[in-house]
Order: sequence, then structure tokens, then C-alpha cells
Amino acid sequence: MTTFTLNGKKISSSAPGDTPLLWVIRDEFGLKGTKFGCGIAMCGACTVHMNGNPMRSCSLPLAAASNADIRTIEGLEARHPLQKAWVEEQVPQCGYCQSGQIMQAAALLANKANPSDDEIVQYMSGNLCRCMSYVRIKRAIKSAAQSSDGVIQIYDPKRQTVVDDSLSAHADEQGVS
Amino acid sequence: MSRITNDKNADYSRRQFLIGTTTAGLMMAFAPSAALAGNTPASERLQNKQFNPTIWFEIDQTGAILVNVTRAEMGQHVGTALARIVADELGADWNRVSFKHVDTDPKWGYMVTGGSWSVFQSYVPMSQAGAASREALIEAAAALLGVAAKDCKTENSQVICGSKRMDFAEIVKRGKIDKTYSDEKLATFSPKPAAKRTLIAKPSKALDIPAKSTGAARYGIDAELDGMIYARPLIPPTRYGSSVLKIDDSAAKKVKGYIGYKVLEDPAEILQGWVSVLADTYHGAIKAADAVKVSYKAGETAEVSEQDLIAEGERLVADKSSGGLFVEHGNIDTAAKQAKKSIEGLYRTASVLHFALEPVNATVKFKDGICHVYTGNQWQSLFLPVVAKSVGLSEDQVIIHQHYLGGGFGRRLAGDYMLPAALTAKATGKPVKLVFTREDDSRFDCIRSPSVQHFAAYWDADNALQGIEHAAAAGWPTLTMAPGFMPDSVDKKTKVDSFSISGADHWYSLNNHRVRAINNTLAQKTFVPGWLRAVGPGWIGWGVESFMDEVAHAQGDDPASFRLKLLDAKGKNAGKAPEAVGGAKRLAHVLQEAKTRANWGRKLPKNEGLGLAIAAGQERGMPTWSACIAHVKVDPSSGKVSVIKLTSVMDCGMVVHPDGALAQTEGAMLWGLSMALHEGTAIKEGQVADRNLNTYTPLRMSDVPELDISFVQNTEFPTGLGEPGVIAVAPAIGNAIFNAVGARLRNLPIKPADVKAAMKA
Repeated sequence: MTTFTLNGKKISSSAPGDTPLLWVIRDEFGLKGTKFGCGIAMCGACTVHMNGNPMRSCSLPLAAASNADIRTIEGLEARHPLQKAWVEEQVPQCGYCQSGQIMQAAALLANKANPSDDEIVQYMSGNLCRCMSYVRIKRAIKSAAQSSDGVIQIYDPKRQTVVDDSLSAHADEQGVS
Repeated sequence: MSRITNDKNADYSRRQFLIGTTTAGLMMAFAPSAALAGNTPASERLQNKQFNPTIWFEIDQTGAILVNVTRAEMGQHVGTALARIVADELGADWNRVSFKHVDTDPKWGYMVTGGSWSVFQSYVPMSQAGAASREALIEAAAALLGVAAKDCKTENSQVICGSKRMDFAEIVKRGKIDKTYSDEKLATFSPKPAAKRTLIAKPSKALDIPAKSTGAARYGIDAELDGMIYARPLIPPTRYGSSVLKIDDSAAKKVKGYIGYKVLEDPAEILQGWVSVLADTYHGAIKAADAVKVSYKAGETAEVSEQDLIAEGERLVADKSSGGLFVEHGNIDTAAKQAKKSIEGLYRTASVLHFALEPVNATVKFKDGICHVYTGNQWQSLFLPVVAKSVGLSEDQVIIHQHYLGGGFGRRLAGDYMLPAALTAKATGKPVKLVFTREDDSRFDCIRSPSVQHFAAYWDADNALQGIEHAAAAGWPTLTMAPGFMPDSVDKKTKVDSFSISGADHWYSLNNHRVRAINNTLAQKTFVPGWLRAVGPGWIGWGVESFMDEVAHAQGDDPASFRLKLLDAKGKNAGKAPEAVGGAKRLAHVLQEAKTRANWGRKLPKNEGLGLAIAAGQERGMPTWSACIAHVKVDPSSGKVSVIKLTSVMDCGMVVHPDGALAQTEGAMLWGLSMALHEGTAIKEGQVADRNLNTYTPLRMSDVPELDISFVQNTEFPTGLGEPGVIAVAPAIGNAIFNAVGARLRNLPIKPADVKAAMKA
């Protein structure tokens, strides 16, 4: 039994310790926003935060998440400034990589409120976007960073100051016929 | 050109358009002509769902407008573009419009999303449907308000007559609408003039984007069914002719949750020698599949290499009796015989993977005699019959439930990945979710075939270009997957996959021009060639536009002015209404614009260069006119090429969804760059050698150059945009390298070693 915190809730999984965290999150706890892309930690579609750091959950064994604080795209509760910027800049095309892109970018902004272009490129180049929406990903990160007035944002959904509710209405499932 | 259509679907003229009040609200749909329906009123036919094949939209009693979309959503925001066409004609309040991606049902008609056709094919019928519905709403409101219909207009989902107005919701609630429009009547509605548009060509946000920013968007891989088990396929050593000899799963039995395996017998013979491995979790299925040992008898292509395929292509282009003619203009044999000067060029492209980020997958259950498939697919109508054949059901016993596609790019035009899921579900009697690992996905990909093209250009004694002869050999997607869509060659010798030669029929005026299209039969036997973003033009354009530069340089002309001279819009290049008004003149125009924007002809530092290319993709019958200028820098010591900037000017007629158009073109151009410098694999022992990102290396954010993209503002017929931006990028880069360091590159992808070698040559 492995116990960890998932989006603020303490939970336990009885999956084998070598199971990648990705499948536990997706299939045992039903949070489908985190995606499977390459399985070898090279595309970033599966990016989640472990104790605030971006991790590739496809290659992170469940055992390594023991007692850790795990946050997924759902844990941003559709309120992160980046998510607003993603809509403003019309970033997603197919959208499949975007949860990972947003989680990676959120970790960047949490540590560096106003990254330079080079810092954004450096930090984001491990995340593949097959639709090649890179121009807009970069622009959205810059716009979210600039709208923060230079305050370093360590994301906390309980802190209402960085919250935007305009997206919450869209948090329902979409795309299924 | 053989654009993929279907008589039942494409021929709107034999249908009626029904508008009628139902218990749910107001419904609008196309239906078969009255001969089939007797005298049944429209409202009754709609209430009883007697419409076929395609319903478009409905308005409920709250005024909410739902547009049913049969096209797949794979990043192009197609639902938004199509819904805005209808909503604009209706005079609808955009905030009350939504759309739904529907499942397969014969009533929706033929379902395919590809070829950048969605807007092109839907623009007129959807505009007319919207206009007819506007008329019906106005008539109903006029009756309720006691005013004359001719004095009314619609705006923001209201019918307005002077100071009186009535909301669509109220009309639906109170009015009784029952109208049938004949084909002739419907044809009298022409799309609104551009000046009266309120939504089309105006800034807008795509309706699918919020859910794609919160993790809420649902893709095929997210489907879940009660009681389902997980499967991973084991892929045989060859695409065809493999069979299973022996299976040893003793090691798999130690994997927690391992259920067993199934050898898949496929009556459709798409899967040959397949095994699926089952477990109660997907991770369990991956581990168990790794532990199952299968001995195969491999098919005959088990040793085929990329070099074998290229060598066969080279043999075929050299053999003038091979293939069939796609273009035969003038007499190239005479031009060749009388030529005082000639040059030749041999161009090649390597295998390319789709590498859609969502690995292919499907979830399947059988219930009450129906096979339900949950997945994302671009061409449901092509593979639904195949699924039916595989599982032994009739076509009306299979339903594909459409999900968002985690990338299409042409990979999901083929629905072959549904088969192992369906066969496993049938064999186990349980709902099954079958997911390919990334490596499995690559091995099972319908890759862009390696290709070989040969060109020869001939000049007369006055150094006047007399003609070009072109031959192109590759594996043909349409031959394997949809042979019924192949037209005859010009010389009637054979059928031709026009999608695999499109772009060779370019818009340059030449006295003599011959194009021969040849199927590489070894490629055809070794793998399933796929339609990959920009399809034929994606690699044909590499040859055509690189060789055009060679021809320009050979006669001492500037590559831009040389092209402009040939783009005279005479004869067959004059273009025709509605989709190609202006013909080659519009191509010349985008080239001129691009020259200005990129400051063509300016002096650059050593080892830097500008190169240009043009394209009229996706097909001659649906041209999106484009020009691209690449600015590159070459490191002469390593041969490494850096792209500093790409400038593109696009003319796709009216731009229905401007920001979506820009996003598609950004993505398409970066695909072009990625395939020029970063991607490419090889067939090795019958399968693709590069299967994951450790060796297959698509473009990353750090590789993105400066992009300058602009659209010609006009009100011409809208064409397509998903793919055309790809085409001109690679040849523009190749031509820029030549202008930078004098190295002529003829192979894609462009590798530093090839650049260095060409610099020495």
C-alpha cells in the first residue's frame, strides 16, 4: 500500500510499487487529464508536480511517490493564470500535450515569476507538442508571467488572489459523443 | 481530381432541406427528395428522424443552437469554423451556439476528415442551410408579430422589424414551422456578402479550447467501460504474411493481474499474426506482453531495408515503361531530342512517422448484438465496414463513438487500430481497452513512404526552357486503403493515386511537361503507406520546387523572377471559378508579397542565404496559394543548418476562422521544418527503425525560428488550410542552403553530413 497526497487529498493505492504513477492517477483514481505519450519521459504529456517539482509520471514508480504531495492538471482547478492565458492566446490545437505543457510551465513560474524568452525555451523544450503550437505556448507563458506583476506565484488553490473562475464552467468533460 | 466524396453525401442537389417544429424545438436537416417521403410534412419527418443522410443543426426552446458536426476534431477547431458558417447566416448570437461531434450513424452521411476539405466542402451547403433557416424564422416571427417578413432581419438570435423584435427562443416556443425547401429553391440562397458577415472572418475563440486547457477534454484513450479489461497487442515481424507458431506465456503468469492472451484471427486479413495480451491494468498488460514469448513465421518482407526501397524507387523512375502518366502536355520526347542543353536531378525523401502524441487505441464492447467502438478517428466510413467484417457483423451493427483525437495528421484516417481491440473484445466476451505503447504505435504506423523523384529539364539552342519531365515513385496510401478513389492515368495505362502525385501538376506554364506516377510495389508490400499531413505535395513539392531552383540557376535567372515569368496564368493555368479564380496570378501575387516581406535580394552575411518556394496545395482542384521564404545559416565546418526565419504568405480565399487559420499555418510550417531537418526514419528488417523520442526527434520549442505569416485578404471561395503550409518549407530551406553555401541538397531530411558533402562537390 502506497500513501500519498493527490490534489490535496490523502489517498492510498495497492498497485505494485513499480507501477508508473501515471496509470495509478489515470486508471485507479480516474484523473484523465494527465496523458500517456511516449512512456520514456521524453515528451512531457504526463507531467505532474511532486512536491512542487515537475515530474514525468510515466516513468515515476508509485513507490517513489510515497508520502509525496502530487498535483495534476485537475489540481489547478481550472483557475491557474496559465490556464486563462492558454485560452486568451488560443494555444491548444489537438490539446493532448497541453496538460503537461501547463504543468511544466506552472512549475517554471512558481520558481521564476518573470522568465526570459531563453529561460522559457530552456525549461519547456522537454515538452513535445506534435501540433507544434510552440509559438503560442511561449506567448501564453509570457503573458501569464507579465500579468502577475512580478509577484512570485507558488500556486496554491486555497489562495484566492491568483484565482480566475472564468474557466471553471468548462471543467466538465468534453469531446465525447 | 478524385477528392474523396460519396454520391450519397456530396450531391446536395438531389435532396431537400427540412425545417420544422418538433417536441425538442426547431430542427433543420437535409433529407432525401420528396419522392421517397410521400406527402409527409417536414415537421413530422423531422420528429420521426426520417432525415438522411445529414442533419445540420437544431434550436431548442431556450434558444440554444446545437450544430452537429460529423468532422473529427484533431486540433483544427473544425466545429468552431463550421458552426460559425451556419450561425452567421442565421444571424445567431454566438454565445448561444454549441456543437457536438456525433457518433457513426448512417443518417449523418459519409464521414471523413482529411485533405483540408472540411470548410471547402461545407461552406456552400451550410451557408444555404443557414440562410433558409433564417428565412423560416423570419416568416414565423413576422406572423406572430403581425408585420411583413420582408421588413424583418435577424441579429443576435432575434428577428427584428423596426422597434419590434422576437427572440429565436420565443419563435421556437410559439411558432409552428413546417417548411420544405427543394434543391432548386435552396440553390437560390447565395452566401452572405462579406460586408454583411458578423462571424465569418472575424476574430473568435475556438469552443474546444477551454476544455483542452483544464484537462477536461476527453480523447479515445480516456474512454472507460464498466467491467473492462486492458490489452496490449504484440506486433508481428512483418505487416503482411506473419503467422504465430508458438506462444510461451510462462513468464507472464508471474505478472500481477495477468489474464491471458488471445491469438487474433482477422477475417478482414488486416491483422496477420497478431496476439493481444490481457491484464486487469494497462501496466500489467505492458509487463505481461513484454514477458510473453511468441515465435513467428515472418512474411516475405522481413529483411527489407530503406535502401532496398530507395533502390527500387530509383529503378522505377529510370524505367520509362513504369507507372502511368499524370500530366502529358506538349511533347517532351521531341523537346528532349531537340535539346541543346539539359539537366537532371534525383530527389529522395526518407520514411516519416506520424507520431501523433496520443498512441492509437480503441475501447470496444459488444452489447445487444452491437459492436460499440470508442475511439478518435478521421475516416469512420472507411473502417467501419472493415470492423464489421472482422467481427462478423453487418455494418449497421457497428457504432463508432467519436472522441477527440490526440493528433490526426492523417494517421487516424486509417482505422486499423480499432481491429485488435474489437477482435480481443469478441474473443474474450468482455469490454476491452486496447492501447498501443509508443513503440507499438510506431511499428504499426502507416508511415509516409520513402520516395524517389527524377527530373529532367530541356533547353533549345536559344537557351529557352522547353520543358520538364518528372517521374515519382512511392508507396501509395490510397491503393491499399481506398483503391476505389484512384482515377485512371492520363494514358489509361493504370490507376493512379492522385493524392500521391498531387503537386506535380503545378501552375507553371511549360511548353512541354510530362509527369509519370509510379507505385513502388516493394514499399506497398512492406508496410501500409499512409496519408501524412500534406500527403503527396508534402514530398512532391520538395522535388518540384528544388528542381525549379536548379533550372533557374542553370539559365542564370533569379529564382523569383524565373518563377514569376512561368506563372503567366495562361491556358490551363488561368484558373476557374469558384475555387481557383485568378489561377497562377494568385500564386505570383503571394510570391511577390513574400519577396517584399522577406526583403528578397538583400545582402546577407557569409554562410547565410534566403531561399524561396511556392505551392498550390492541397490539390489543383482546391488550391491554397502560398509562398515561403527561408532565411538560413549554415555552419560550414559541421554542415549544421539553422533556420533563422520563415516568411509565408498564404491565399486561401476567405478566411473563415482567422485565428484558427493562423494556428494551423504555424503548425503546418513547423511540420515542414521538422520534416526538413529533424525527422525521418528508415525501414530496417521490414519495420521502422526509430520508434520513440530517444531516436526519433521532431522539432522542439528550442528549434522554432522566427515566423512571419500573413494571409491575403480577399473574399474568394474558401479553400483549405490544415496542410498547405507544410509544402513550401522544405524546398525553401534547401534553396536557401544553396544560396548560402552553394550546396544543392536533394535528400530529405537534410543531414549535416549531406550538407558538408554537397559543399565539397
